[in-house]
Amino acid sequence: MEHTVLDFEKPIIELERRIADMRSYASVEKIDLADEITKLERKVERLRADIYSNLTRWQRVALARHPDRPYTLDYVDMMFTDWIEVHGDRHFGDDKAIVTGFASFGGRSVAIIGHQKGRDTNDRIFRNFGQPRPEGYRKALRIMHLAARRNLPIVTFIDTQGAYPGIGAEERGQAEAIAVNLREMAILPVPVVSLVIGEGGSGGALGIGVTNRIYALENSYYSVITPEGCASILWRTRDHAATAADAMKITARDLMEFNILDGIIEEPGGGAHRAPHLAAEGLSTTLEGAFNELCSLSADALIDQRIEKYANIGVYTE
Amino acid sequence: MGWFNKVRRSLGSGEKLDVPKGLWTKCDQCGEIIYRKELEAQFHICSKCGFHFRIGIDAYLEILTDGGFLEEFDSKIRSKDPLGFVDSKKYTDRLKAAQAKTGMMEAVRTGLVEIDGRQVILSVLDFSFLGGSMGSAVGEKIARATQRATELRLPLVIISSSGGARMQEGILSLMQLAKTSARLAELREAGLLFISVVTHPTTGGVTASFSMLGDVIVAEPGALIGFAGPRVIMETIGQELPEGFQRSEFLLEKGFIDIIALRSELKQTLTTLFNHLLNESETVPGPDPA
Repeated sequence: MEHTVLDFEKPIIELERRIADMRSYASVEKIDLADEITKLERKVERLRADIYSNLTRWQRVALARHPDRPYTLDYVDMMFTDWIEVHGDRHFGDDKAIVTGFASFGGRSVAIIGHQKGRDTNDRIFRNFGQPRPEGYRKALRIMHLAARRNLPIVTFIDTQGAYPGIGAEERGQAEAIAVNLREMAILPVPVVSLVIGEGGSGGALGIGVTNRIYALENSYYSVITPEGCASILWRTRDHAATAADAMKITARDLMEFNILDGIIEEPGGGAHRAPHLAAEGLSTTLEGAFNELCSLSADALIDQRIEKYANIGVYTE
Repeated sequence: MGWFNKVRRSLGSGEKLDVPKGLWTKCDQCGEIIYRKELEAQFHICSKCGFHFRIGIDAYLEILTDGGFLEEFDSKIRSKDPLGFVDSKKYTDRLKAAQAKTGMMEAVRTGLVEIDGRQVILSVLDFSFLGGSMGSAVGEKIARATQRATELRLPLVIISSSGGARMQEGILSLMQLAKTSARLAELREAGLLFISVVTHPTTGGVTASFSMLGDVIVAEPGALIGFAGPRVIMETIGQELPEGFQRSEFLLEKGFIDIIALRSELKQTLTTLFNHLLNESETVPGPDPA
């Protein structure tokens, strides 16, 4: 498949290509280029560190949306065993933009709920570009309630630009579906952890995101509205999305400062898509730590902790 | 054609609906010139076409309650500017302008009221304050009022009119959806009653949280109620929206609200619901009239 290369990735990828060329040249011609290769490798490391420590917020959004970035089912594959997917909201249909199921994680069974984007054009359409309709939220809630009855911890993977704004979604109560999830997730009697792996798009993200702990990958974002949406309302043109991203302060690091996140999970050099297994390892370590702490708490303590967590979010004067 | 059909034509943007000052006023929908005193006496409903003018918090207090707030809660809570947000204007300037225009500190007022002699916790949002948008202060006030209802074991009524979460407070605004909904979960667990009254317009994060969580949801006629705004939907799907889409009558038809009540019947609607749904221990009579 054709890989997408973002503008700021280009110098790194060109350099990496030169290193690869040099390696194959050295092996074909049987000459020793080890010193030159090491030099270039150091150079690429420095270049990467330099570029990635200075990314703008809008560039981070581009990384969060990178077409090669691992999606929920990629992480399910890398982090869990014995995955079994379950389907449908029992009322209308099965939303393909949210996947739900059960799997083993570190010796325990867990419920998994995540937004799911598609990789190629057909798959993207099949997944509705990762934008759920009400039945997705209702399926998610059904599985969360089942997990609660079976006393299973829940992990949610957040990666959507937002809930789908369409006629059918409105007719079937998009707002009600999300609102009910917010209310019901607050009082789930089991540990719930969310991992923001890409895009945290507004109510569509929060609809599976009311949890005891929220962790985000370094290059993910979480926002009240997409930068384009904000720009089109406040600046009257989507062209100001970069400005809107800066104004709304939407990166993982920003969220840490507003006490929204419980932690940032570092991504491998160049972003999660450059070494998905390393990103998955980081997520696994964090998730295991969170579950270990939360699984010792009583149902009441978990609910109290969750409600208090959100009660404490906000900045105002009195 | 019923008057409610006509509402659909002109309620597009939710702008220019504030009741203008002056002796006479013109109906935004049918153009009828109405004597302002008469309009006020008729619940700000156009006598010719039934159009519901947008009204503020004081007007709702007058229409619904026995003498306004017995006690107003958290009236000093107001927004800060945690993001240092600037678009064409500074957020702090927008706040100051809204405060000067409305005489309110924030887009919601909350407190204890009496409705037909029953004590009720009431929160009312006002669209004229930054589009009734919910930032940290609005979220906090609604969450606290809900918590008080739970503690005092009183019914809760929230009257909504809002464009949704307040973009100028970024992620903090979004999280107010979770904060308010979590407090409503506690109220519900405590077995108490929540009636949501939805007025024109109510969209975005406010519908995706407390507005749609009422045990009973009552809407004023012709109100725009939805998750995504009509413009966003049109841009996404690239086609015109069906007639009456996202109006109260549409939501009633689709099963997402319980009742459409004329504003003139709103108080009676609430009282009837209270009569049926409250048990005696939740019906706290106010002090005897002296």
